[in-house]
Amino acid sequence: MPQPPVNPSSAALESEMEGDHSLWRDAWRRLQKNNLAVLGLIFLSVLGLASLLAPWIAPNSYEAQNLALGATGPSFNHWLGTDALGRDLLSRILYGGRVSIAAGLCATAVSLTIGVLYGTISGFVGGRLDVVMMRLVDILYSLPFPIFVILLMVFTKDLGDAVENRLAEWLGVRMDIGKSWSLILLFLAIGAVEWLTMARIVRGQVMSLKKQEFVEAARALGLRRRRIIVRHMIPNVFGIVVVYATLIVPSVMLLEAFLSFLGFGVQPPMSSWGTLINDGASKMEEHWWLLVFPGIAFAATLFSLNFVGDGLRDAVDVRASKD
Amino acid sequence: MALLDIQNLQVSFHTRHGVVRAVRGVSFSLEKGETVGVVGESGSGKSVTCYSLLRLLPQPPARIEGVRAIFDGLDLLSCSDSKIRGVRGRRISMIFQDPMTSLNPYMRIGEQLMEPLRIHEQVGRTEAIRRAVRALQEVGVPDASARMRAYPHQFSGGMRQRVMIAMALITRPELLIADEPTTALDVTVQAQILELVEQRQRELGTAVLWISHDLGVVANLCKRVLVMYAGRIVESAPTRAIFKEPRHPYNEALQRSIPALQEKGRELRSIPGLPPDLSRPIKGCAFAPRCRFKEPKCEMDDVFLKDATPGHSTACLRVQEGSLRQMTNDE
Repeated sequence: MPQPPVNPSSAALESEMEGDHSLWRDAWRRLQKNNLAVLGLIFLSVLGLASLLAPWIAPNSYEAQNLALGATGPSFNHWLGTDALGRDLLSRILYGGRVSIAAGLCATAVSLTIGVLYGTISGFVGGRLDVVMMRLVDILYSLPFPIFVILLMVFTKDLGDAVENRLAEWLGVRMDIGKSWSLILLFLAIGAVEWLTMARIVRGQVMSLKKQEFVEAARALGLRRRRIIVRHMIPNVFGIVVVYATLIVPSVMLLEAFLSFLGFGVQPPMSSWGTLINDGASKMEEHWWLLVFPGIAFAATLFSLNFVGDGLRDAVDVRASKD
Repeated sequence: MALLDIQNLQVSFHTRHGVVRAVRGVSFSLEKGETVGVVGESGSGKSVTCYSLLRLLPQPPARIEGVRAIFDGLDLLSCSDSKIRGVRGRRISMIFQDPMTSLNPYMRIGEQLMEPLRIHEQVGRTEAIRRAVRALQEVGVPDASARMRAYPHQFSGGMRQRVMIAMALITRPELLIADEPTTALDVTVQAQILELVEQRQRELGTAVLWISHDLGVVANLCKRVLVMYAGRIVESAPTRAIFKEPRHPYNEALQRSIPALQEKGRELRSIPGLPPDLSRPIKGCAFAPRCRFKEPKCEMDDVFLKDATPGHSTACLRVQEGSLRQMTNDE
């Protein structure tokens, strides 16, 4: 058989097609063209970095009180003002960002890994396994969340100290587990709940995808299940997953505020955006800045997340692209 | 020895509403490089037959009860899962009806083309790209190396079907199963695709099992035709004989209902009645209730496919007995 001429550009083509995840690189390129998404991404990174570096860049400690000063509005010394105990609001927002962002990231990570994998397997395998897996989700769903967390707190109140002591014996290092135990529990509780809806959404998507001919075609090509799931299913559900993931973050931040308000999770004098807004809301008639500034930080973060999520969804949707 | 030899294949679907016997005993064989057409109306079991060869039907609800389907010494129905995966896409490939949905919308054409090479032959990336570009050129996709980077939605239906064909043939399989690959395309593209399959088949020596309900397509392409009805083969003959001297009333009725072969201005003819419900037991010949040549005994005894003349077999009792010789095209 005559050899068709090898295209001279095939070397260039190869370098362009390098890597199995060309889809993600394409998506990244398209995302960069989306101004709002880029803006959101920049804002999120700046805020994230500032929160992460709070101990070094915050003008004050989050707990340093100045009772004599009391609540003052924005001034040169305290850019965003102080609260009733004379604590610097900017510092408290930066420190609070650590908790809120960590909670958001934790929930997103859990729902992305557990939720997507669980939902994909359940929807793809189907049959009895699907029934069992989905009933488990239903059971977890039906647990009243606040009660679940409260019970968790009550029954494991001393566990934090116990773990800390045990670790101290083993490693010879004392880590502040007992003190931040309620925070760890908060993350665990959020993690336990936040993947459920994701699993359901993904399962539904996968079930409809499974019936599509290209999955049949992939099976007819001799692909293993795992390869079909990883290469064909997950990229196809990604658009919806991304959008939902950006919706999880705000709901988790609100959840954290709610739990902190109940006395779980973040304990004073520590701050989180949720607790700051809560405090601010109760004093907004006298001290407006206590509500407005944490609120702006919170809202701007959520807006940015939504812009980024929106941009990501468009970026991974190859059909919407013009190039 | 035949490339593929199927003996008494039976496929049933166990559903909530009972057992649907979609394929009720199909036997045929296929030589190397041969093109065989499988025709029949929707629900006659032609697709199910082919899907069950690669064990692509979900089991349950499907249940395959074939005696055997030997492909080059390997029994496709009873071999291990890893063995059948090694056959799929490497030695037996499939192309599907709807090119719009048979490609993954999120994967580049090039990536999809290379997938069979990468899982079946341990080919390096450079080599895989080279072969994929060549495969695209061979199915007539212009500007192949640039098109490797395109996504399926940037292709027209005909171009996508070309990609599907390139993907199916990239591993040089011994058998290509084509499940009505031209149905979703418009007529001019249909002809191009047919020509392409014929040309590639000549070059590679691939045997083709062409499923269709379009008798015209089959007449152009295939050497031999199997006519299926209600989960059985009712007539099997060389293409010419199928059209010139039908030996089963169903085949004859099917051809009488091709509009192009009828006089203009006459009312279109169809076969009266409906195909039988396959979830109920069928007594005697499945076509008997709609057959204009039927006799009482047709509905009594089960009929099997038998040679009427060498190479031309039929499942019509009356033709087998010799009491029905001529099925004229006049009323």
